[in-house]
Amino acid sequence: MNRFVIAAYVENKYGVLTRVASLFMRKGFNIDSLSVGETESHEYSRITLTASGDNATRDQMVNQMQKLHNVKRVMVLDENSSLERELMFVKVRNTPENRAEVMAASEIYRGKIVDYSPETLCVELTGDPGKINAFVTLMKPLGIVELCRTGVVALERNRSITA
Amino acid sequence: MQMTGAELIVNVLKEQGCDTVFGYPGGTVIDLYDALYKEQASIRHILTAHEQGASHAADGYARATGKVGVVLATSGPGATNLVTGIATAMLDSIPIVAITGNVATSMIGKDSFQEVNILGVTMPITKHNYFVTDVNDLADVLREAFQIAKSGRPGPVLVDVPKDVQTALCDYVPAEVAVPAPAPETDAVGLEAALELIRHAERPFLYVGGGAARADAMHPGVAEKIVALAERLDAFIGSTFMGLSVVSSEEARFLGMQGMHGRYESTMANKNADLILGVGVRFSDRATGKTSRFAPNAKIIQLDADVSEINKSILVDVGLVGGLQQTLDCLLERLEPQQHPAWRDQVAALREKGVELRAAADAATPGAITPMQVFEVLNQVKQETDIVVTDVGQHQMWAAQYTRLTLPRKFISSGGLGTMGFGMGAAIGAHIGSGERTILITGDGSFAMNLNELATAVTYDIPLTIVLLNNHVLGMVRQWQTLFYSARHSSTSHGRVTDYVALTKAFGGEAVRAEDAASFRAALEQSMLRRGPTLIEVAIDPDALVLPMLPPGGGIDDMITSKEEAYS
Repeated sequence: MNRFVIAAYVENKYGVLTRVASLFMRKGFNIDSLSVGETESHEYSRITLTASGDNATRDQMVNQMQKLHNVKRVMVLDENSSLERELMFVKVRNTPENRAEVMAASEIYRGKIVDYSPETLCVELTGDPGKINAFVTLMKPLGIVELCRTGVVALERNRSITA
Repeated sequence: MQMTGAELIVNVLKEQGCDTVFGYPGGTVIDLYDALYKEQASIRHILTAHEQGASHAADGYARATGKVGVVLATSGPGATNLVTGIATAMLDSIPIVAITGNVATSMIGKDSFQEVNILGVTMPITKHNYFVTDVNDLADVLREAFQIAKSGRPGPVLVDVPKDVQTALCDYVPAEVAVPAPAPETDAVGLEAALELIRHAERPFLYVGGGAARADAMHPGVAEKIVALAERLDAFIGSTFMGLSVVSSEEARFLGMQGMHGRYESTMANKNADLILGVGVRFSDRATGKTSRFAPNAKIIQLDADVSEINKSILVDVGLVGGLQQTLDCLLERLEPQQHPAWRDQVAALREKGVELRAAADAATPGAITPMQVFEVLNQVKQETDIVVTDVGQHQMWAAQYTRLTLPRKFISSGGLGTMGFGMGAAIGAHIGSGERTILITGDGSFAMNLNELATAVTYDIPLTIVLLNNHVLGMVRQWQTLFYSARHSSTSHGRVTDYVALTKAFGGEAVRAEDAASFRAALEQSMLRRGPTLIEVAIDPDALVLPMLPPGGGIDDMITSKEEAYS
């Protein structure tokens, strides 16, 4: 089982995300994360998704997505030559015992404390999924109150791609 | 030219070469029907008894002609009644355009009367679908719908048009008939790899599917190229269910359908082959049996226009993507004639065995007339231009095994979705499109589902012979219950006493009962002489089995070929 990142240029129209999601549902593809946003052109959105499976599953995903009329281009991003980032907010219990540890960890991980209240501390953290996961593991024993992640966005280095 | 959205729909239909639509009026398409009323000279509207019948008719029209079938329905229940027909077309890659009305845009999302989100409902069963909110987009959307329906691997497209968009005024600027996107170029790397494998084959087998049927409809001559390739390679040809009638059943190298209910010789030749060349096939579970035991000794090459079919169900040795016409040309250009005398002898022996097994199975079948005898008579009486349409069940498999088919697009059936009730609508549509006489082979289960379309067949005077193989049970499921569920016939012996002869007459058709081969022949010959529908009810024994059969989940070696094996 390999993890892979797929990026798709899709028309920026209503219902397109539903079409892609509906495809995954009916083909039984499991996805680990999904993020969608506008691109350099207002006409297109970019869907970045991460999933895992064998090569045949990966190729099926790409080929099936490519068949959707509103999907203009689908790429599998090579892990070694791509930039991958995820953003997380994590709210941790604010107690005299763990405050210092949260602050130290977030500094080492190049996170930011973006909210401070008598009950909780909120850390903003950017990084690849491995780094984010490691930070979550670190925070767990300290008491995670709430957590949200954007899912991965990814771009290939040094190659211009247009839809 | 200024006109309403409804008038524009009719004009674009005309412009796109559509002269026939199937449908059923309703509240949100009154404007569209008003526009059709004014254009009856150029577009013929066929009113069915039910929207489902209209959807199957558009499908049958497309299968018989290779053109895009068009179906209209109103919002809500009208639209949802199309769903089975659209899904049927999707699974068999049939080009249809469905146009539905919807409530006015101001009423959308308010659970208005007869409102349903048909876009959401049909998203997984269409190639693409549209909800048109601006009348100025309508013409281009419709043109694109035709283009998508017939491009690449064909399929259904739905266009949902709210009532106020139909009444809004817009400018109509005529355009050309949408040209399908060109098929993908034959993959050069795949071609070299395929040639290498083919040159080393000793026992080559071509396995032809629905993709070949669609390719031949778009580019006549594809079927001849397949036969030419088989001759060049000294190969034999088998077919999936959807590939039937691409290659003539009289062709010396053709072994018939393979798979779950395939002919013995075809299924076994596939098993014994050392090279399988899949031509527009998707390795459906019904054709392969258990995939891990499919073609154990063979290299597999898959020729397809749709790249997503490569390695979808079966991992192949070479996926050769490209339009079939070009790919076959490339292969024919590059391959030298081959001779495989040992393979020929082996297949000849399989053939002999197949004939024996069929004769034995037929002899063991109870009843005054057996399914095999029905088709012997049918093959003698029918013209080669007649279109054979089927419903779904045992009768369908008997038809697939025994019908002589010498011309393409003369066998129409729901393969992928297996839609019982498909036949009546499809038979009507097939005749309307082609002008040919149609013969519907059906069973009492399937026929009872949509026999309301008898009304349509009578109204439009369709030259249609309905051969109703009545075994008074839901035979296919019952066969499974008999063989794999210790004969617990749960809900398959329905106990109905419907008088189909009286019923057909009540609709205004002709009907007769046939008790044996002689009376069946007489009735069949008689039906061929008249216009309008004739039903011939043929009594079949409820214990007649479809053989051979690969048990569900089994491989080719588990093939059941005789009644003794079936009951053991």
